[in-house]
Amino acid sequence: MENHVESSAFDIAWKNRNVSIGLSVLLIIIVLALIGPIFTKDPFSLSPMSRLKPPGDFGLFGTDQLGRDVFSRVVNGGRISLTVGLSVAVFAILVGTILGLIAGYVRALDSIIMRVMDGLMAIPAILLAIAMISLSGASLATVIAAIVIPEVPRVVRLVRSVVLTVREEPYVEAAISVGTPVHLIMHRHILPNTIAALIVQATYICGSAMLTEAILGFLGAGIPPEIPSWGNIMSEGRTFFQLTPWIIFFPGIALAVTVLSVNIVGDGLRDTLDPRIARSLK
Amino acid sequence: MNKLLEIKGLTVTLPSKSDRKYAISDVSISVEKNEILCVVGESGSGKSVTAFTVMGIHDKRALTISKGEILFDGYDLTKIGEDQFRKFRGKKMAMIFQEPMTALNPVMKVGEQITEILEIHTDLGPSKRKSKAIEAMENVKLPDPEKIFHSYPHELSGGQRQRIMIAMALVLEPDLLIADEPTTALDVTTQATILELIKEIQVRRGMGVLFITHDFGVVADIADRVVVMQHGIVVEQDRVNQILAHPQHEYTKMLIGSVPSMVPPQKKSIDVQAVLELTEINKSFGKSSLFRKDRIVNAANKVSLKVAPGETLGIVGESGSGKSTVARCAIRLIEPDSGSILVKDIDIAKLRESGLRYLRREIQIVFQDPYRSLNPRRTVGQSIVEGPMNFGQTEEAAVRKAKELMEIVGLKPDTFNRFPHQFSGGQRQRICIARALAMEPSILIADEAVSALDVSVQAQVLELLENIKKQFSLAVLFITHDLRVAAQICDNIVVMKKGAVVEFGSTHEIYTQPKHTYTQALLQSAPGQKYF
Repeated sequence: MENHVESSAFDIAWKNRNVSIGLSVLLIIIVLALIGPIFTKDPFSLSPMSRLKPPGDFGLFGTDQLGRDVFSRVVNGGRISLTVGLSVAVFAILVGTILGLIAGYVRALDSIIMRVMDGLMAIPAILLAIAMISLSGASLATVIAAIVIPEVPRVVRLVRSVVLTVREEPYVEAAISVGTPVHLIMHRHILPNTIAALIVQATYICGSAMLTEAILGFLGAGIPPEIPSWGNIMSEGRTFFQLTPWIIFFPGIALAVTVLSVNIVGDGLRDTLDPRIARSLK
Repeated sequence: MNKLLEIKGLTVTLPSKSDRKYAISDVSISVEKNEILCVVGESGSGKSVTAFTVMGIHDKRALTISKGEILFDGYDLTKIGEDQFRKFRGKKMAMIFQEPMTALNPVMKVGEQITEILEIHTDLGPSKRKSKAIEAMENVKLPDPEKIFHSYPHELSGGQRQRIMIAMALVLEPDLLIADEPTTALDVTTQATILELIKEIQVRRGMGVLFITHDFGVVADIADRVVVMQHGIVVEQDRVNQILAHPQHEYTKMLIGSVPSMVPPQKKSIDVQAVLELTEINKSFGKSSLFRKDRIVNAANKVSLKVAPGETLGIVGESGSGKSTVARCAIRLIEPDSGSILVKDIDIAKLRESGLRYLRREIQIVFQDPYRSLNPRRTVGQSIVEGPMNFGQTEEAAVRKAKELMEIVGLKPDTFNRFPHQFSGGQRQRICIARALAMEPSILIADEAVSALDVSVQAQVLELLENIKKQFSLAVLFITHDLRVAAQICDNIVVMKKGAVVEFGSTHEIYTQPKHTYTQALLQSAPGQKYF
């Protein structure tokens, strides 16, 4: 039954031009990133003879200062960026939803959770990430955790505000008065109301996580430098930017297009899933 | 005949996906100078669409005028442009709305909201505008207009806000006033004074008033002529005395017949042990902080009452009287500050949720708003079986029981798997009753359970409540602001004002010999007592 509601929501969302265009672009990017290893050269293979070559004979996007194929590195780097974006979105939503539900429903814990969240929000995200990585070493997991932590408070605030309005609804009070246990009230009556807002929020988190990952990589504080993430490729190409702009240009474009399409999907979803906006757009 | 507004054969089409083709079809009515024309009908009758179309403020994306004309001041309003329309609005015709809180701008002083109209439509200077606004406020009998001029809407009472709305509407002395359910959101005593005010100003100015209402009591008090609408069609129109005394159309007869009488029927007194007994319940909201100590509201102040099986105890009072607070304490949705709540001799006032849970079966509630009291994402069947299954009943048994109950409350059991939006307001209220009955309670609280329903549906739901009360020998706590409904259904009545019980007695006593002045004022304010 819940599936029925969700699938029809997806049908409606797909009819939105933003959603369909953004999702199509995103699908192409994901497929390219997944099957990349099949049709590209080894992104790690050095070729001292063909260093810093422009796009053309030595590869679609040219080569970098060690003679590695930029096209192959960009395609393979996509996997890292998408992994970071997706896992940050999933973890931030998961943790944020649980904390938000508790904060919104259990009055006694509300102020404790929210003050901790306020504290987290006061720490600059990049600074926190740099601190965490220098403490526990650079790895994909550390980077993901470092981006998740500052995103959580926003999700908590969002979920909490939805819970605070929904818990006053008579149907929730009716559920209380027929003796429904708290976890079932949350699951049946409150959580479904947060889903639309959460899907939209997830897309924004996903987009900004990919950006943050690139920024961290660019600053040299991200994923280990030997792994070709988009941020790392740009970071390495930085020194030669004036001579060989293609090393930075292509991963930059890939990042921009990916983040843009994720955000467009988010905008489209917000328009279709938020009933108030959907009505005024009709 | 001195026709001020004449609507001829007006047809307004709804968007193609709606459940019917026309919002209103072939409506022909006219308002004369110096008369109040009441348009009466239940929800969906098209009465508001008619009013909004005359003002040109109908939702133009959804509604299109497909036929007919609206003649006013020598123009056909269906043909003139928005610029010209704007000159009419305010100056020649004005409108007051149902909810005075949302119709006023909350961040603007009410005085400024009145002078704004003068600023748009006249060349008066600022001081002239202010004196004109003060005069308009005096005309609607607002106390201390100088002070109220500088107040924000939230600082005024509902009645005062509606007076401001009327002052705004009338400051430019329009020929036509359109009033869309202007007293529906108000308390009964306030309603009486506002109706009186509208009538008096109408007579003084010789205005024409198009008055939209669903309440035949109001019609009886205020109308000169009446138009009855049903499903977008005018079914009957005539002078008020004629309609009330000799209604022709079946629908009019039904509407008039559905108005509950103020005379309570004879009831037997009930002599059994009470199942629900509230003793000296106190509940206040807000807390005094270090900086402010004036924000405490005593919503319930030493309230005591008891209900026995087979008895309907009414709690009547106006908004803010604390009647809902008492109900919510009784069912322990909120915890009272002090006092005891005995359910079958167990005090639940201070029980924790774990101990409370088993007693929750005993006491169930039906809420006012049938649209919000069912989870829109769950089928009505799931909503009904939720309670019994919480207490370990198997799904099979719960479903069988739920279908039986659906039959009892007058719903087809094969609609078990439908979603709430596929039902009408009255049907949803029946579902809520079935959900409550599924718990096999001994006490049922009806918190304004019929207030949001149309009169004809209201009568059916009241009958259902009466029947199930007998069938399951329930103790019913019936909360209402509607004195007519209370007269018909309650055995005993508690009258509440500002959190305290001011009078208690049998319904017969209260209605024939009210002792407290507040009870007397309430009873006198009920509209339409000349006829019903």
